[in-house]
Amino acid sequence: MRVVIAEDLFLLRDGLTRMLEAHGLQIAAAVDNGTDLLAAVTAEKPDVAIVDVRLPPTFTDEGLRAALAARRKVPGLPVLVLSQYVEQLYARELLADGTGGIGYLLKDRVLDSSQFTDAVRRVAAGGTAMDPEVIARLLAHNSGDGALAALSPRERQVLAQMAEGRSNAAIAQRLVITERAVAKHTAAIFLKLDLQPSDDDNRRVLAVLAFLGR
Amino acid sequence: MSDRTMTPGAAGPRAPRGARWSRLSASLIASGRGLGLCGLTLAGAGLMLALAMPVILAGAGIGIIFSHGHHGAGWDVLFSPVLLLAALVTGRFLTPSVLLAIRGLAVLTRRLCMEWCGVPIADPYRPPPGGAISQRLSFRQRLRWLLADPAALRDALWLTVNACGGWVLAAAPAGLLVYGLLNLVGGNRGHPVVAPPPALPGDEPLMLIVAGIALISLWLWAAPRLLRGYGMLARSMLGPSGRAELALRVAHLAQTRADTIDTGAAEMRRIERDLHDGAQARLVAMGMTLDAADHLLDGNPAAARALLAEARESSARALAELRDLVRGIHPPVLADRGLAEAVRALALDLPLRVDVSSELTSRPPAPVESAAYFAVNELLANVSKHADASQVWIDTRHDAGMLRIGVTDDGRGGADPARGTGLRGIERRLAAFDGVLAVNSPPGGPTTVTIEIPCAL
Repeated sequence: MRVVIAEDLFLLRDGLTRMLEAHGLQIAAAVDNGTDLLAAVTAEKPDVAIVDVRLPPTFTDEGLRAALAARRKVPGLPVLVLSQYVEQLYARELLADGTGGIGYLLKDRVLDSSQFTDAVRRVAAGGTAMDPEVIARLLAHNSGDGALAALSPRERQVLAQMAEGRSNAAIAQRLVITERAVAKHTAAIFLKLDLQPSDDDNRRVLAVLAFLGR
Repeated sequence: MSDRTMTPGAAGPRAPRGARWSRLSASLIASGRGLGLCGLTLAGAGLMLALAMPVILAGAGIGIIFSHGHHGAGWDVLFSPVLLLAALVTGRFLTPSVLLAIRGLAVLTRRLCMEWCGVPIADPYRPPPGGAISQRLSFRQRLRWLLADPAALRDALWLTVNACGGWVLAAAPAGLLVYGLLNLVGGNRGHPVVAPPPALPGDEPLMLIVAGIALISLWLWAAPRLLRGYGMLARSMLGPSGRAELALRVAHLAQTRADTIDTGAAEMRRIERDLHDGAQARLVAMGMTLDAADHLLDGNPAAARALLAEARESSARALAELRDLVRGIHPPVLADRGLAEAVRALALDLPLRVDVSSELTSRPPAPVESAAYFAVNELLANVSKHADASQVWIDTRHDAGMLRIGVTDDGRGGADPARGTGLRGIERRLAAFDGVLAVNSPPGGPTTVTIEIPCAL
């Protein structure tokens, strides 16, 4: 699996490169700004791009905008955005095109290298990896209006796990229920959110989008 | 707070052709209001008399002693101590109330000048001790505050000038009308009802009618103007003098500067404490755990691994705490995207339906942006804590050199800035930018809080 990294801090860029290589991923390019990222993704056509939100020259949300631009240039390019902070606003912008292959994680998550590389692989495979903190803040403030109001508490738990990017098997393990029960819950979620049975992965993304979009 | 309309209908200088009736009614209204202002003059004269009462009584008492001192003891000499005592008693018990009443009358005059004469007059008074919104002052505190203010002297001066001649301007519209009508009546009857204007030759009926028509035309033209003139006269004495204006400004600046420094220092202390108790302590613990793991590495690898996991946990928590801390100092979205988007991000975190609209074309200066952001943050926290609302509207705009943010909720209302320390705190922090906060919250709602900060875009 080939990865492009955009991270301006040398230590982190270097650390990420070594960690991903140790887990058997191949680093196609490691750049330190948004412009180079665009060039790298068009030239290398990687399986996934890992992008820091804060990049030069503005050190604001340059990386986020570069990631969105990269996805416009290379449609369907899986992008994992790393940030010191997670904002629901940014999560929504990333997911807005509804095609999946999006990750949005706190930089802290790289501390757990195996979970982090799992997330990278999930995103590369077209899934989502939303940071648990985005989910936690959502759940803490969700007054349950709109379509989500119809979901049972258990279904919401399953949806939250889905948003973090877990497979049915992983969700089953997490919530200590059978995989069959998870499948039943996801089917109910899709039905209640009025998501037509089509490509399963895409429905998962749409469900997450409904979750984040409130 | 700032929605003052500048010109009420009565003072409109030029009525359009064919709108004679509106001009007539404007002049009639102006005459009536002028008479009302004359009523205030009477009250003012009475107050000045009451203010002078102790001096008059004391003067009379002393006068009696001096004029009768060498004639021997008459009964009126016995009367003089009574007068002196009366002077003392009125001075002690009546004068404070009179002073308060003078302030009240001046405040009323200012309001009427605005509403009736179309002349806005700024408040010249120093703020009461303890800030604009404060607990009720005791009578004594209020009096001390009143007396220390040079504007009190100007108020008294205005009452005197007004009583001595200023009222003529206010009474003139009604006077012109009555005199004109009397002349017309006189012309009709064939002999004058009152003495004709001295400038007119003779008192023939024709002359009287001409004079009456002239006077009433003059009245029609001049009545609102005369009233406006009265307002200007009042403003020259009741408005803040240049000195007073500067003094007010200096007092305001000193107050807000002190508040800003206090807030800044408190914030620094909070950050220091958070770092000390949070991230710093966790890093120390992490170092110790790593050290312990180092010792265990050869003898008991399983225990060492457990300690390493603990250290990693500690580092994650330290990071989380640093993140929260930074969010409280300068929120990343605000830095990245500016006020409008940051407010939108705040709205997303709220367990309510929030409608955010923004008409900002560019970003205000960073300190203003930050102050506005934290003010909105606090207001939204208030809404979700106290208002029992289901929907919030946030409206951000910039016009006429003023950043305006309105936060409206459909909650139960009854928010009182005098009681809530939150609103008070926001107001204090906004004051550093000459910003203001206006609360409109009738019981039963809805509540609208408007923030205004002067700034250029």
